[in-house]
Amino acid sequence: MSEETVPIYTVSSAPHAHSGASVRGIMLDVIIALTPAMLAATYFFGLHAIRLLLVCVIGCVATEAACRKLMGRNLAIDDLSAVVTGILLAFNLPPSLPTGYALFGCVVAIAIAKQVFGGIGYNPFNPALIARVALLVSFPAAMTRWHSPLNPDRWTSLGWIDAATTATPLDLVKTAVTSGETLPFSWDGSMAMRFFVGNMDGCIGEVSALALLLGAAYLLWRRCISWHIPGTYIATVAILAGMLRVINPSANMPLTFHLLAGGLMLGALYMATDMTTSPLTKRGQIIYGIGCGLLTMVIRRWGGYPEGVSFAILLMNAVTPLINQYTQLGVYGHKA
Amino acid sequence: MKVTRALRKLRGSIHPQYFKGLTADAPITTMPAPAKLFVSMAQHLGAPAKPIVAKGDIVVQGQCIAEAAGFISAPVHAPASGKVLEVDTAPTPAGTMAPRIIIETDPQNTETQTLPPMPEWQKQPRETLLARIAEAGIAGMGGAGFPTRVKLSPPADKPIDTLIINGAECEPYLTADHRLMVEHSAGIVNGIRIICHLLEVKHVHVAIEENKPSAIEAMQQALEQLDGVEASVCILPTEYPQGAEKQQISMTTGREVPSGGLPMDVGCVVENVGTVLAVANAILEGLPLTHRVTTVTGHIVQTPQNVLAPIGTTYADLVAFCGGLTNPAAKVISGGPMMGMAQPSLEGSTTKTSSGLVFLEERRVHVYRSLPCIGCGRCIEACPMDLIPAAISYTVEGGDYDKAEALNILDCIECGCCAFVCPASRPLVQHFKLAKPKIIVKRRQAAAAKGTA
Amino acid sequence: MLTILLTAGVIGGIAVLCASALALAAHCFAVYEDPRVGELEKCLPGVNCGACGYAGCSDYAKAIVAEEAGIDRCAPGGNDVLEALAAATGAAATTLEKMVALVHCNGTAENAKHRHAYNGIMDCQAAHQLAGGDMTCNYGCLGYGSCARVCPVDAIEINKNLAIVHPDLCIGCKACVASCPRNLISMVPASKKIHVLCSSADKGPIAKKACNVACIGCRICAKLDGDAFTMDGFLAKRNYDNDVTNPAVIEKCPGKCIVDTAPAPPAQPTEGQHA
Ligand code: SF4
Ligand code: SF4
Ligand code: SF4
Ligand code: SF4
Repeated sequence: MSEETVPIYTVSSAPHAHSGASVRGIMLDVIIALTPAMLAATYFFGLHAIRLLLVCVIGCVATEAACRKLMGRNLAIDDLSAVVTGILLAFNLPPSLPTGYALFGCVVAIAIAKQVFGGIGYNPFNPALIARVALLVSFPAAMTRWHSPLNPDRWTSLGWIDAATTATPLDLVKTAVTSGETLPFSWDGSMAMRFFVGNMDGCIGEVSALALLLGAAYLLWRRCISWHIPGTYIATVAILAGMLRVINPSANMPLTFHLLAGGLMLGALYMATDMTTSPLTKRGQIIYGIGCGLLTMVIRRWGGYPEGVSFAILLMNAVTPLINQYTQLGVYGHKA
Repeated sequence: MKVTRALRKLRGSIHPQYFKGLTADAPITTMPAPAKLFVSMAQHLGAPAKPIVAKGDIVVQGQCIAEAAGFISAPVHAPASGKVLEVDTAPTPAGTMAPRIIIETDPQNTETQTLPPMPEWQKQPRETLLARIAEAGIAGMGGAGFPTRVKLSPPADKPIDTLIINGAECEPYLTADHRLMVEHSAGIVNGIRIICHLLEVKHVHVAIEENKPSAIEAMQQALEQLDGVEASVCILPTEYPQGAEKQQISMTTGREVPSGGLPMDVGCVVENVGTVLAVANAILEGLPLTHRVTTVTGHIVQTPQNVLAPIGTTYADLVAFCGGLTNPAAKVISGGPMMGMAQPSLEGSTTKTSSGLVFLEERRVHVYRSLPCIGCGRCIEACPMDLIPAAISYTVEGGDYDKAEALNILDCIECGCCAFVCPASRPLVQHFKLAKPKIIVKRRQAAAAKGTA
Repeated sequence: MLTILLTAGVIGGIAVLCASALALAAHCFAVYEDPRVGELEKCLPGVNCGACGYAGCSDYAKAIVAEEAGIDRCAPGGNDVLEALAAATGAAATTLEKMVALVHCNGTAENAKHRHAYNGIMDCQAAHQLAGGDMTCNYGCLGYGSCARVCPVDAIEINKNLAIVHPDLCIGCKACVASCPRNLISMVPASKKIHVLCSSADKGPIAKKACNVACIGCRICAKLDGDAFTMDGFLAKRNYDNDVTNPAVIEKCPGKCIVDTAPAPPAQPTEGQHA
């Protein structure tokens, strides 16, 4: 057989040039952006932060691999999306959450919230938030046991977590408001600064607004996110909080408190901006951001839970398809 | 000489790597006719030309070898003298079959045939000039290959007030139009003069991207010779797709071509610089369109350059003329990398629309992976038509063509911006190219059914 | 506890409300239906494949009742359905020849060459649109399974880049025929097992270069058995009106494109025949 060596060219449809962007690249950027917050979590909560991050990342990646194998999907696992989900899930957990519960969260996030719907790109809800809410409903006690950051033993043992539990700032406010007591904080600049840096009770990843903003700046610069969702989300919360404070200063915390306490920064910058579960167009994203902000404040102020970020985002996830449908653009050449 | 800037911003755009430096400063080189020419009859939009020569006939350069088959068609002329080896059919890049004439060239035969030049063209009636343009086989040389005569005869109810000369050349790698503007600015201005006369327009915009200062300067100087019309060089920002017809009209005049409409609906005619030069040559010198400049380029081409070659030259001959390849090619593109067509082999040959031949090595070949859309919205940002490519591609994938039509798939200009930015490597444009013809056929059938009912 | 009861109560209430609304709607908006339609529908296979030209079995039944359509349009149902419909309507029954789809190509990955490497949508039409498909042969099966995807009963298998219809599974709905951009599929009588598995209109040398089992247009089959084989240019065609009387054609065909599909599926017809 004398086979001529005719070169075989690749034939595909135009365009033949590509920006080089990839899903993996985007996920890598998100991981880079989350790094300051991971460091902050470790700084404030020590070994427990490391434990949760490791457990969640490994748990999510393992679940993803298992699901793909079971379902016979041969899509490459190297897109790193499970790693991002793992980090975000860990960020939404209190430092003392037992390892087994965290693993349960991983399975919920990847197997139920993501793969059941068809995997990356098809999940209607943010997987990490679904897992957080599932945990909150299944293990309410474990999910609301809080510990003060910067415990002196945090580097040397996991045992410090057995010591006295505390409450998150939002918990304290909620308790005070529902029981009609006076607000528990004397809110001033130094307090705000403390919160901004992350020295407060809460989930390991949500505490440090500073670290989260640093990462978000990177994502904005890399054009992985745009200002539309976080901007409108945070602005809506700020406006509502400001108005409530003006109307009734004795029952409402100031604006800056609402921006810094709880999971608003984490939610607005990283959870609400999840590409798959948020609207496609800029106009849609603005509606979505405002909706998230409104719901967050309504739940915080009048709802049964002290914190409303997770629920607000999940609810807006649910209406994303609807928003997409009604925010088509004015196509070139069509009269408005 | 007036210089203007773009009036608007593109609704969406991308910034690919241009690599124009490979050939931007290389003067146009003339390639002698290769031993064999493979001249396709489907070089233009519309019905393929009908061959009027037979196997064994001796043909002379410039002789008409195939005549137009209808109004939207164009004749074909022998690009070089020689003998007709074969008249057969061959697949076009679109997968359909079309007649083809194979000519064995004869270097001894230096005879050429031209049409009578018309130095006094201003005194000729419009019809004579248009007939000449048709006779010379001129079709849009920018890419689509729309017969120029048809474009220059708008119906009476569509008054034209602006002529736009497309020198944007926004495709990466390509520099053929750039070199034409630098080296043949006087000829282009002659063509502009003729077309202005034909269309009776008073405004001319020569649209050039900012990254071609030498072309801007040359055209600016040459346009000084043009009087009686208000002409300007319009400098466009360097971004893709400035060269797209609808986008260019918006950039230069601020007008928006209605959906499903043509430039003439907003009083404009857009002509590529190469076409304008061909018009000047056909009228002033009686030259039919037999040669064109093709940018043969790529990082693996020995001497990338702008080659003036007879139409019908095979890609293999073209690249051999440029010294061959330094490394094996993995993809060969006829046209530019954004809208050009990948070639299965080097057996194909140039046509009136061959603006470039780009050779890509393995590492520059983008692989479409068809991953699920992650909803990043980048395609929406990039789309100059403000479509939602992500949603349209899903509807096509699901076979819901009615929904795709409702999402305005027919407004897509197939510029490729969406697929360029998609991180999921979805073959977005291929989805649109697959669905559009089916939708158009369905529309026609529906219209026909209505007509008969 | 109370909350749980309350929640259960509210949800239960909503459910009851919705159910009654639905029942009411069904009652109010019920349309009269000719009882004969239901009867005929029972005779039909219920696959809703559309071979009859109607949106589904029920639509076809309505069309028969409305005397818009004859009773012989359900190819998948074959003679049994025809008889049943004839009995139900009182119309005269004729017999139908069972027809099945056949892919007129044997260009498996081993037999046919590729011209280029295609990268894009896994759809035959899409692949065909780009430079006429990635096979060296301009006529053969591309193997991206567009036909298999439209088959309502999964009767088409893609094996080594080639579509193969399993005649025992095919219900004769013709859906695949229109789906193939290469027009490779046509309906043939199920009783006929010897086929020309090639559609290349190219001259012998060109066809041979592209595929090991191409018809080279030598006319031997037409000479040996002119009733069963005719020539169309450089391509032999099977005339299904007649049986193959000279089975030697299979051996004698130098292109190895005449195949008896009776003993084995056409995937490995050339096995054991290498010289
Ligand atoms: S190819 Fe079509 S959909 Fe994609 S960016 Fe261009 S016009 Fe928009
Ligand atoms: S660019 Fe690709 S991944 Fe992003 S929204 Fe568009 S189709 Fe989806
Ligand atoms: S093979 Fe073709 S004719 Fe047979 S059932 Fe499938 S789609 Fe219908
Ligand atoms: S028979 Fe036609 S539709 Fe089926 S796989 Fe082959 S080329 Fe595709």
